[in-house]
Amino acid sequence: MKFTFHGGVHPEGHKDLSRDVPLRLFDPKGEMVYPLSQHIGKPARPIVKKGDSILVGQRIAEADGFVSAHIYSSCSGTVKAIEKRRTLFGRLQESIVIDNDGQFTPAGDFTTRRDISGITNEEILKRIKDAAIVGLGGAGFPTHIKLMPTEPESIRFCIANGAECEPYLTCNDQLMRMYPDEIVEGLELVLRLFPNAQGVIGIEDNKPEAIAAMTKAAEGKEKIKVLTVKAKYPQGSERSLIKVVSGIDIPGTMLPAGVGCIISNVGSLYAIQRAVCYEEPLYSHCLTVSGDAVQNPGNFIVRDGTSFAELLEASGGLKEGVTLKKALAGGPMMGIAFGSLDVPVHKSTNGLTLLAEDAAEKAAENMTACLRCGRCATVCPAGLVPQRMAEAIISKDFDYFENELHGLECFQCGSCTYICPAGRPLMQEFKRAKSESMIAKRAKKEGGKS
Amino acid sequence: MIILITTLVIAIVSILVGAGLVFTSKKFYVEVDPRQTLVRECLPGNNCGACGYAGCDALAGEIAMGNAPVNACPVGGNPVAAKIAEVMGTEAGEPVDRKIAFVRCKGSCEVTHNQGNYVGLHDCRSAALSGVNVTDCDYGCLGFGSCESVCPEQAIKVVNGVAVVNRMRCVGCGLCAKTCPRGLIEMIPEKKRVAVQCSNKDRGPDVKKVCSAGCIGCTLCVRQCENDAIHVAENLAHVDYDACIQCGKCVEKCPAKVITPPAGTGA
Repeated sequence: MKFTFHGGVHPEGHKDLSRDVPLRLFDPKGEMVYPLSQHIGKPARPIVKKGDSILVGQRIAEADGFVSAHIYSSCSGTVKAIEKRRTLFGRLQESIVIDNDGQFTPAGDFTTRRDISGITNEEILKRIKDAAIVGLGGAGFPTHIKLMPTEPESIRFCIANGAECEPYLTCNDQLMRMYPDEIVEGLELVLRLFPNAQGVIGIEDNKPEAIAAMTKAAEGKEKIKVLTVKAKYPQGSERSLIKVVSGIDIPGTMLPAGVGCIISNVGSLYAIQRAVCYEEPLYSHCLTVSGDAVQNPGNFIVRDGTSFAELLEASGGLKEGVTLKKALAGGPMMGIAFGSLDVPVHKSTNGLTLLAEDAAEKAAENMTACLRCGRCATVCPAGLVPQRMAEAIISKDFDYFENELHGLECFQCGSCTYICPAGRPLMQEFKRAKSESMIAKRAKKEGGKS
Repeated sequence: MIILITTLVIAIVSILVGAGLVFTSKKFYVEVDPRQTLVRECLPGNNCGACGYAGCDALAGEIAMGNAPVNACPVGGNPVAAKIAEVMGTEAGEPVDRKIAFVRCKGSCEVTHNQGNYVGLHDCRSAALSGVNVTDCDYGCLGFGSCESVCPEQAIKVVNGVAVVNRMRCVGCGLCAKTCPRGLIEMIPEKKRVAVQCSNKDRGPDVKKVCSAGCIGCTLCVRQCENDAIHVAENLAHVDYDACIQCGKCVEKCPAKVITPPAGTGA
């Protein structure tokens, strides 16, 4: 039996482009840029100054506040400047710029395995925090906070998210094929923190090699099992995967820990294993360069701070005769469109998708009025009725949107927008309506009129 | 015969319904404060909602009940407040200067640019939430006209990529200022014309990289001012409208020409 959730869409995967290309470590040549805000929460505070010499894995910025994370250098060289640089989001953000000497001299011993037989839970958490691990699935939430819920006994499931439902992306597939034992060990370390939890590795059925490798690695481990889930978007969203594993629908207002689940990307678990067993901080992660506009699609272990332009070059550049219409950080469903490729890779970027065609532009050109076909409601994984929600927004009936249609439960997967035959930008409307209704709520709380 | 019966039935039904209406209107009569009607007549009646109530009728009710001050209508300003005060038999309170909208951005298509090609919803609030910065400048006008769509008087329009206020039409309701996702629109006293047309808080060189018309925080204007009415905070000049005497010295000195000139000198 295949496990799945209600709704979802089946976008063309295009994973064949890069799925069999093994991960390779990419050593960039140019200068490296480290924005101080690569995670959810407060930006980090720089602890180096101009002219300092830096080694790989050296801490260059420190977490500032509870929800924050350190930043480590991924190259060796000297600090060139601490100034505003354009980042992935198009904004100018305070960043540390390092002149890369190309030697990649490590700052410590990251290759000998430490003895972890007697390690305490506090020590595990401390090493994860010190290694500055953030959620590598895309959100970038600091992992050590996720692993410290108020009641560790109430956690029933620790889920390793290897679904990778975004089209084009294959780096987690490769990671699971190449480092299955490391990922399983990472999951075991997380399971130590939660005495009553069962480990589940969720993988979509379009990755048979990864499933085989992980099953083999998890053999004989009582608390860990591999769960094959149906290939469908958004299978990899935490809410969908939790529904599949535990059968619980999480209300939009609750976090996974509230229903006894801790969910982590397989990349994060690999990083946890590296951090605990080798005391290696997070300064690199896996990333796919793919799309129909790129010459040699592939999977990389990429150092943070590498420029996307350099990654494209390493993948053979653009195909001849193809004009790049759209470049996205991440996959085509939830990725962020680029203004320019001369921006650094963030901790939680897991893909670079280069497309010769812009589907959003086409949809905008061919947009018609809503046909009331109701397809959006059949694909919504949250069980909402996007068509009625859009109507409520047009008539500015936010009360109805929020209380009757439960519009705030939308987690913006974009399935409705994908399926809409009228090409309506539904998800974008909901995003705005959600933010506006939050603003209105906050204003009410503060006691202002209106 | 059929015609007669029909007429009779209709007549009887209408008499019954009429009687019912008379009865219910007497029985459930709601007393309206006569002052509410009078206050309502004083209000401008464009139902913009800038006062924070659902419209002019709702505000009139609140004023009549004494829940809102007599000068609660920002559009009507002092004359309306005086009239309402007369109706209510109270003092008009402190005279308030009427305010009109001012867009603190000069980033037209010639001086700054968009990054890439935004194809989503044609709305500033959506563009601001799209996860990427649509404009080169992190602070400037997005130019999709959310302010335009909420203005009840068609007083603000996006011209050449930047919102421009028509001073003759603006009634000062402030709806555009509440809507702008970048908070570019400031409500300033109608009589004050000298204001800084930029919101960029980055350092000078960073501003120059993205926009040739931006404030670079050079503080030349501060040194010109004899009344201590203009200050630079976070690399951005801002006029203190209470202290400004509209002499226009800062306007002349500004190297970026980002300060609007006083009345009578154009613009």
